[in-house]
Formats: sequence, C-alpha cells, structure tokens
Amino acid sequence: MDLKELVEIGEKQRNSAKKIRIHCCNAAGCISSNSSAVKDKLEIAVKEAGLQETVEVAKVGCMKFCGRGPLVQVEPAGTLYEQVKPEDAASIVAVLKGEEATAKTGNANHPFFTRQMPVVLENSGKINPEKIEEYIAAGGYQPLYRVIYEMSPNEVIDELSHSGLRGRGGAGYPTGLKWATVAKMSGEQKYVICNADEGDPGAFMDRAVLESDPHRVLEGMAIAAYAVGANSGYIYIRAEYPLAIDRLQKAIKQAKKLGILGSQIFDSPFDFKIDIRVGAGAFVCGEETALIASVEGKRGNPRPRPPYPAESGLWGCPTLINNVETFANIAPIVREGGDWYRSIGTEKSKGTKVFALTGKVKNTGLIEVPMGTTVRQIVEEMGGGVSNGGVVKAVQTGGPSGGCIPADALDTPVDYEHLRELGTIMGSGGIIVIDNNTNMVDVAKFYMEFCQQESCGKCVPCRAGTVQMYEILDKIYHKRANIADIDKLEALCHMVRDMSLCGLGQSAPNPVLSTLRYFREEYLELI
Amino acid sequence: MQSVDVDRKDNKSVEDKRFKVLENAIKRHQYHQDALIEILHKAQEIFGYLEEEVLKYVAQKLKMPLSRVYGVATFYHLFQLKPKGEHTFVICMGTACYVKGADELLKVLEEDVNLRPGETTPDGKVSLMTARCIGACGIAPAAVIDGRVCGKQIPSDVLEKVKNCLPV
Ligand SMILES: Cc1cc2nc3c(=O)[nH]c(=O)nc-3n(C[C@H](O)[C@H](O)[C@H](O)COP(=O)(O)O)c2cc1C
Ligand code: SF4
Ligand code: FES
Repeated sequence: MDLKELVEIGEKQRNSAKKIRIHCCNAAGCISSNSSAVKDKLEIAVKEAGLQETVEVAKVGCMKFCGRGPLVQVEPAGTLYEQVKPEDAASIVAVLKGEEATAKTGNANHPFFTRQMPVVLENSGKINPEKIEEYIAAGGYQPLYRVIYEMSPNEVIDELSHSGLRGRGGAGYPTGLKWATVAKMSGEQKYVICNADEGDPGAFMDRAVLESDPHRVLEGMAIAAYAVGANSGYIYIRAEYPLAIDRLQKAIKQAKKLGILGSQIFDSPFDFKIDIRVGAGAFVCGEETALIASVEGKRGNPRPRPPYPAESGLWGCPTLINNVETFANIAPIVREGGDWYRSIGTEKSKGTKVFALTGKVKNTGLIEVPMGTTVRQIVEEMGGGVSNGGVVKAVQTGGPSGGCIPADALDTPVDYEHLRELGTIMGSGGIIVIDNNTNMVDVAKFYMEFCQQESCGKCVPCRAGTVQMYEILDKIYHKRANIADIDKLEALCHMVRDMSLCGLGQSAPNPVLSTLRYFREEYLELI
Repeated sequence: MQSVDVDRKDNKSVEDKRFKVLENAIKRHQYHQDALIEILHKAQEIFGYLEEEVLKYVAQKLKMPLSRVYGVATFYHLFQLKPKGEHTFVICMGTACYVKGADELLKVLEEDVNLRPGETTPDGKVSLMTARCIGACGIAPAAVIDGRVCGKQIPSDVLEKVKNCLPV
C-alpha cells in the first residue's frame, strides 16, 4: 500500500457514493431506541419509491443529540429527524419526492449544533464506522503516511508540543512532553496504551468516539508509536462497551488487511500491532498504574509513582499511556498543523473538548466545543436550560474526582485553569446539570458511596477514610448529625486527600469539599 | 422415559464440551498468564458464572496458584462467583441516571417484589444488579435488560417487565 493506492481507495469510495445519503444513527444510544429497525425500513422505503439509483441509506456513528434519538439526517440537505419510528421511514423518503414531512423534524440550526466545533468528532455521524474505505475517503490514514515518510519522530513530537494539546483523560498533562519522555528512554521494547476505561459515571465521550470513528484512534496510536519508537500497543477498554469493542476489532482487522497496521506499515520498516484488552468492571483500573497491572492479567492495584509508566510501565518497559480523545486529536493536528490547533481555545488550554451533557437539562447529548466556551453557553444555549422548567443550581464536572460549579459562576470559561480555580476539574468530560430539586448533600453522598465501593483497598487512608466519610454524610443526610460531625468530615477530607496513594483516594474528597464550599447551608439545614 | 435419559446424557456431554471450549480459548492465548482476565471473561461467557471447578481448571491450565486466579476473579466486579438468574436486570446507578431518578427504579423493585441489587429471586428467575454508567447517559435513566440497553425507564414499566418474568 502506498499513498497513491490510499488516495485511490478514497476516490473510489467517494465516486460510488450516491447523490443523497440518508444517515441513520447506529451508536449505542440510538440502537437502544430501535434505530436498526428504522434503518431497515428506510432501505425498504427507498426501494419501494424506486430511488435506489440516487439515494442510499448509511449507518453512521453518533449524531450527538442522543436524548432525542433515534436520529436520521438527510445529506446534503441536512434535514434532521428526531425520535424516528420505523413507520416514519416512508414519509422521510417521500419528502425526497417533494411531499410534506410527517415525521418529526429537528432543528439542525439549533445552537446545540451550531456552537459545536467538530475536530475529534469531525467524522462522527457522517461516516460508517465499520468501513475503513469511508474513513480513508474522509482523508484518513494520510497523516500516518506523511508522518512515516516525511517526518522524523522528533519532528512529530515538536509539532505536537507546539500544538499545545493536553491529555484528555483528566489531568491535562502536556501530550508532547509525555511523548518526548517516552521517546528519550532507551530500550528495545516500548509500548503504547490507549486508556478506554472511561470510568466516570455520566461520561460517554470516549464511547462515542470509539463507536463512531474507531480508525481515528488507531491512527493516533500508530503515529504515537512511530514517534516514541514502540512496536506494540494495547487498547484497554471497559467490558460495558460491547459495541465499541466489536467496532475496534473490525477496524483493526481491516487496517491490518490493507497493510496499515501490523508489520511494515505502508511498506516502510515501521511495525506496529494493536491488541485489545477488556476490563472487568473496576473504576480504579482507569488509573494508569492499575491499568497496566490489569493488562498484565493481575488485580488492578495502583502502585506508587515514580517510576512513571513513561520510564517503567508495561512489563517494566517504557510505556506511553494516553486517553482515547487525546489519540483522536492526533491525526487532525498532523494534517492541519500545530499552529492551527493552538489557534483554537484559551491561553493555556488549546483545542476543543468533547463533553457529555446530561442530567436535568433539556438537550442531552454529545458536544464538542472550543476550550473557553462558558458553562452558561453550554448549559443554557446549547442545552436549552433545565428540563421541566426548573432552575440550574449547579453543574458537576469531573465525576467522583471533581466538584460543582455553582449557578452564579456559570459565566466561567471551561478550561483546565478556570475549573481548577473553582475547586473542580475538567475531568474526562462529563457535565451533569443539577437543578433545585436535588439536594447537594445527597450528591456528595452519592459520589462518596461510589469511591468507597471502588476503593481498591490497598492503602488505609482511602479504604477506611471513604467508609467513614460516607457514614458521616449518611448521618447528615438523615438528620442525625451534629455540627461537630461537619468539622470531622472536613478533617477527614484533608487527611484522605493528602495521605492516599493514588488519584482515586486523593480526589475522593473533592465532591464533599466542593459542596461544602458552595452549599454549606444545605449541610447546616440538615443538622 | 427415554427422553429423560437422553437429557441427562446430554447434560454430561454438554459439561465436557464446555471445558473443551474453555481449553481451546486458553490455547488460543498460548497459556499466557497475562491473559487471565480474558480467559475468565470467556469462562464466564461459557459457564454463566465462575464456579470453583472452573477457577481450579483455569489455575491448573495456566500453571498458577488458585489463590491468584481467585484474587483476580474477586477483584473485578463483573466476575460472578454465584449463578445468575434466568433474566438479568441491570439498573444504571451512574450519576446521570441517579439524578434522573434511577433510585426510584430500585425502590419500586424492593417494595413490590422484594428484590434488592445483587440478589436473585428465590425461584432463580430474575437477578437484579446495578452498574456504574453504561455510557447511555443521554437517555437516562438507563437499564440493561437481558443484555439489551433500554433508555428512559420509568418505575412502573420496569416493575412490569420484572413481574412478566416471574410466574404468577
Ligand atoms: C481513579 C482514576 C481513574 C481514572 N480513569 C481514567 C479513565 O477512565 N480514562 C482515562 O483516560 N484516564 C483515566 N485516569 C487518568 C489516567 O491515570 C491517565 O492519567 C490518563 O489515561 C493519561 O492520558 P492523557 O494524558 O491522555 O490524559 C484515571 C485516573 C485515576 C486516578
Ligand atoms: S487511594 Fe484508594 S484506590 Fe488508590 S491505591 Fe489507595 S486504596 Fe487503592
Ligand atoms: S449514568 Fe447511567 S448510563 Fe451513564
């Protein structure tokens, strides 16, 4: 396979495309509301209308407006249909012949869509994730080719450092710096791992990327492997995502067949193979050292760092671990250049971020916006405000490791620095809207129960501390506590934060500290 | 009756066959110890849950102490050491589902059919479990009923679905 052949595959795919494409969402959210039947009926309707020459029905990845699925969009016109039922199919096809629509149309010009800036999700909802040809037709795998033939590993890393990309798995560590560290390590054997554990409850960005555009992640990993000098990679993915696992397996097989993965990629001396490792339901395995233990087939207990995985990771070898979304950003950065990427976002947080917008908000779904978009724009303009006419009380980010943004801080721009100032974190990208019907002590209790159950038990501060904090929160919630208990709770928070071994314990107190900071009166009311 | 006999024989051979399928899976992983989690997934898929027999078999084949196999099997929530019911109801208790009233779903099941998370009805018909976000937050509250993801669940519907699985 060389560049010419790659381009030809893309051209052939583009030439075979029909004039009108009916996109039918085929990601997990819409499948659960019967989108497969919708697709079958659409195909029948196209045939019955005798339009097969000019119209095709394509199953595509996430179309983002998950709360109103199943979604169907007719391209190139862009007409969007929501909550489509199989019996709407005939009407959707009839519209192509100039009849009135009876199916429920959506507004593709709503800020929910127009405020988005798709980089990671540029192909999501547009291409069939199970066809490598469609990814190639969208320009896919050309960046990998260019990297192998036109750039040295150092040049790739320099470009990435220049782009300002920071890790999307939570901590926001500069990706270029991480790659440079692994690249500098001596040693024959190095590994690249993609963290697809996505453990934060309320977050489904990585799932959507993997289900909608798996090749993009493989390409990002391959570019990384080239840059750091690795020849073997793993994707560690949670078992709760069977469709994503299936699509990754298919994607790996297709790429291998074309000589884009495996040995002598694009007939160059560069080899890189990818294996999938499926998790088994342990939140702590998202932590990088625990994840490595799990890939090795062991209990997922974290270990102290240093040494960092970059120095000593999988089987003691230098290992690069990045999140799914981090890898999904790589191909566009190579294609468009670091300058382009750093022109998006804020001073210290570059590029876009994908968020899963959920909770008590009218429009739930997946959004990708430039860093620096305000919480208000996300929740009120894009999300349409609180469902059922309530008012926003707080917005939770960062899951069990994060905290709340109170309603009066909604004008805060979303980036790593501003969220940290508010006492929360960007996390992996879950944004959960909380309205005035939800008690904040209950929210804190909910997260503490989570941490208590997910603590791996290796170190005492976290194992015992989360249990004690949970008990105090439960006591407060059931109005059996006194004021001294709140002091005790705060003291425990600081102890667990400072003494725990890994990020789970260190950040477990965050939801409590954050709700105490902004909603102390709700605690006091229960005393 | 003849059919009973046949059944019994079948059961026996089905049992053997299952170990055979497991052995093949282990072979495919070239008896590598680091494939333990993959192998346990496969074993659970074949047997429905990880009974002691199965854990012993895996330990022997991978040449590792039973304690290590057991340690891994108990560490991960998805591995089941007890048999599951005929039907499984997994209610998502992730944040997005929680704020959309997932606890109401559990409450109605506890109150009406006396079923709590982690339990199976005495007749072995229905198992109830909870999950930590199944990635369907856009259609919260979500459940996985017999392997199928279902969105926007309401208490009365879930209760009815459970009741439909139980004998009247
Ligand atoms: C308890 C805990 C859970 C984590 N879960 C995840 C996860 O689900 N996905 C992820 O990408 N990173 C997770 N992380 C962060 C990883 O340890 C690691 O920093 C990340 O994968 C690095 O990738 P990045 O630099 O691309 O962000 C978790 C960290 C902790 C402490
Ligand atoms: S902080 Fe908690 S999760 Fe992390 S190692 Fe200690 S006990 Fe395990
Ligand atoms: S919180 Fe229930 S599906 Fe994510």
